[in-house]
Amino acid sequence: MEPTDRAFVASARTGDAEAFRVLVERHSRALFGLAYRMTGNESDAEDVVQESFLRAYRQLGKFDERSSFGSWVYRIAVNCSLDLVRSRQRRSEAPRPAGPEMEDPIDALPATGPAPDRIALGGELRSLVAAAMARLSDAERSAFVLRHFEGMRIEEVGRALGCQPGAAKHSVFRAVQKLRRALEPAMSPVK
Amino acid sequence: MNHQHLSEEELVLRYYGEERDPADAGRRLEECGECRALYASLQRTLNVMDSLPVPERGPEFGERVWRRIESRLASRPRLWLGWAPWRWAAAGAACAGLLALAFLAGRSLPRAQSPTPVAAADPQVGERILMAAVGDYLERSQMVLVELVNADPKGPLDISAEQARAANLVSEARLYRQTAAYAGDAAVGGVLDDLERVLVGIAHEPSRISPEALEKLRERLKNEGILFRIRVLGSNVRREEEPAGAPAGQRL
Ligand SMILES: [Zn+2]
Repeated sequence: MEPTDRAFVASARTGDAEAFRVLVERHSRALFGLAYRMTGNESDAEDVVQESFLRAYRQLGKFDERSSFGSWVYRIAVNCSLDLVRSRQRRSEAPRPAGPEMEDPIDALPATGPAPDRIALGGELRSLVAAAMARLSDAERSAFVLRHFEGMRIEEVGRALGCQPGAAKHSVFRAVQKLRRALEPAMSPVK
Repeated sequence: MNHQHLSEEELVLRYYGEERDPADAGRRLEECGECRALYASLQRTLNVMDSLPVPERGPEFGERVWRRIESRLASRPRLWLGWAPWRWAAAGAACAGLLALAFLAGRSLPRAQSPTPVAAADPQVGERILMAAVGDYLERSQMVLVELVNADPKGPLDISAEQARAANLVSEARLYRQTAAYAGDAAVGGVLDDLERVLVGIAHEPSRISPEALEKLRERLKNEGILFRIRVLGSNVRREEEPAGAPAGQRL
């Protein structure tokens, strides 16, 4: 049997960096998936993964050894993603210069959804989905990711986002509404 | 009859299993085609969201993260306690690759709540686009399997890249099974179930596989006839995708 996270956490707490390294190597890819969905951007997601492990290392003393390291570091990554998303929101309140990072992928698509026969490939469906996600506001995207991909109940989403359950619910609804409007034309029956 | 339509919000909550009164919502769905159509549209959208692409990170990603943060870790006071228990255990572990695989295995766990399949949706609606996605999924699965079947290593072979792809495919599997259920296609559903099992199995192999273990894996793939079945299914699906394809109602 390979040693569990618990053994590595215990060693890392005593200052054993090699033990922490094992934890980093074990959990990085899962955190990347979460961070990518939360931030919608590869380089931001990589930053989130790094920052999450740095925070985890600093807070190891606070970690309750009876709980799972995986879910603990996951939670830290959710918070790091939110911090980044919030700081992006603040930045976006200031006028931004036009640049490639402002490009909205969905703007490149025709105003009316392409006819189903034009997106006959699964790959194109996936890029439509990505474009629809990119159109959500940061609040909508993070609430939706936590509900849809991370399986959190709406109440938990509210707690994770630091808002009332009502506001979290509203963000999830708005997200689903926008996604449905963006994707439904591509999935409608052929007339 | 005083039917009150279900709101979009109520239907979203139903999809995620968070509705307050499931029995009441179920009854209202049952009695109203309009409500059912809205729910079907919502299900299509949310099911398709599962295909959201997440760029792949290879098994070396964790090591890269480590290299980037290593120097930034404020050194915690080192307590010398001899060889930490985990090192003993690690030394005993048969294969270091197992560590990475434990993670792959964890990823393939299904989500706690799975949405209910569409009850009485128009089978034509959106079927082609979804079938196209199934076709693409089958093709990508086939590529992974073919690579493994055709490999002819003289020594242990590193299959971690194939495993990462298999794990990704597993994470998409739910969407396509839903699609098949939606199209009322039990045969497709059966093949997808078997394919998912095979992919999970591949993700669970050691990442450095010996020629003997690879041979065994190949044997298993052959016995299941899985490659043949997904090829046949793939070509049927592609036929169904074509705009002037099979007449309405015809199934695979
Ligand atoms: Zn109704």
